[in-house]
Amino acid sequence: MKRRHFLAMTGASALIPALPAFALTEASATKLVNSLVADVNKVISSGKSEKAMFSDFARIFARYSDTSYISAYAMGADGRTASKAQKRAFSEAFQGYIARKYGRRFREFEGGRLEVKSVRQVKNWYEVDTTAFLRGEAPFTVTFHVSNRTGRDLFFNMFIEGINLLLTERAEVGALIDRNGGNIDGMIRDLKASG
Amino acid sequence: MTLFSRLHRAIVFVLFVSLLGACAGSNGTAITPEGINDPNEAANRRVHEFNRSLDRALIRPAGVGYTNFVPDGIEDGITNFALNLEEPKNMVNSLLQGNLRGAGLSLFSFVTNSTLGFGGFIDATRELDIPENDTDFGETLYVWGVGEGNYIELPLLGPSTERATVGLVVDLFTNPLNAVLDDRSRFFYLTPAGLATGLSARGRFTDTIDSILYESADSYAQARLIYLQNRRFRLGDSESSTEIDPFELDTEGF
Repeated sequence: MKRRHFLAMTGASALIPALPAFALTEASATKLVNSLVADVNKVISSGKSEKAMFSDFARIFARYSDTSYISAYAMGADGRTASKAQKRAFSEAFQGYIARKYGRRFREFEGGRLEVKSVRQVKNWYEVDTTAFLRGEAPFTVTFHVSNRTGRDLFFNMFIEGINLLLTERAEVGALIDRNGGNIDGMIRDLKASG
Repeated sequence: MTLFSRLHRAIVFVLFVSLLGACAGSNGTAITPEGINDPNEAANRRVHEFNRSLDRALIRPAGVGYTNFVPDGIEDGITNFALNLEEPKNMVNSLLQGNLRGAGLSLFSFVTNSTLGFGGFIDATRELDIPENDTDFGETLYVWGVGEGNYIELPLLGPSTERATVGLVVDLFTNPLNAVLDDRSRFFYLTPAGLATGLSARGRFTDTIDSILYESADSYAQARLIYLQNRRFRLGDSESSTEIDPFELDTEGF
């Protein structure tokens, strides 16, 4: 093979992993956030019991978010020493914890709405800024980060007035690991019981 | 010396001593992976425990009781009244930051709410969709290029930074209302309205605050992280693009 061809080929293959990123557009990122908001609103106005709502939220979370990325991020450096079974168990426990913790918070959204304000590209993902209008409160900013790392458009982080959900939850998971003296199974047990 | 000026001096004294303590203790820097500068963590954690027991015994029950007992209309009215009295401080700080639009918004809000809003009890400018302009001398210092300083948890007031604490002290002295109101009216109107506003916030956001203070594994670290992120966001001092690339994290197995 000629050197020139080799270079052209490696150049082309370097492009391949980046290709799906072109499929993610401002419009599709906005669409994802809009349908996420519509689904959350549907659950809130359903009048179901809190417990039924939590499993609905867990389903929404699984459908719209990049759960493997979120779990890997939340486990942080400790994820490197975790076994395959521990990773899977953590991912499941963490999703339940998020659904309970933030599901409870969603009640405050009753009668409120989220409006998409702007979308901008940051490196290879999109940042979708929305404004939350809640009853009796000044409007505030909720931001979603959307990527198609997995081949599907999914959000992988959320910010409420600048508070980074992933960073905050990674600190919490880290504190749970410390409390369990570095024991990952103990942390997973605690996680299942909290939120 | 009236009770109000005593209270005023007591607050200044507490802030001053806290700041001295923070400065004296800061030998070198201890920056956590989240970009937090907290070399006085041990002392701050003691204050946090004090604040937590104070909240459990007094502030939480009072706040929840206040929100449940006082009708929403009156609760909102008192909060609006207190927030309206912050506008002169907002205006002065906006001017110091060279933010003429903000100063104009605060002046307009103060005049409108004090008159059309019946002395500030009704937030007339919110009804008119006029944007809020909430600032303080801590933000002025940020605009002037002063660094954030160390993290500090203040007794009663909670999470802060050295820069924000200096701002708090300066705002106490430079509030234009001090020149207009005598000690008596400050004591009878300003202080109770401010306390009621604090209780109202504690009562209204009780789920959120409880989840940080009582349901997290390390409430000190959570409160610190959440405060700093939110404060930096409000100052416009945060950048989302510094976040790690989602395509670069190893998610194998999750």
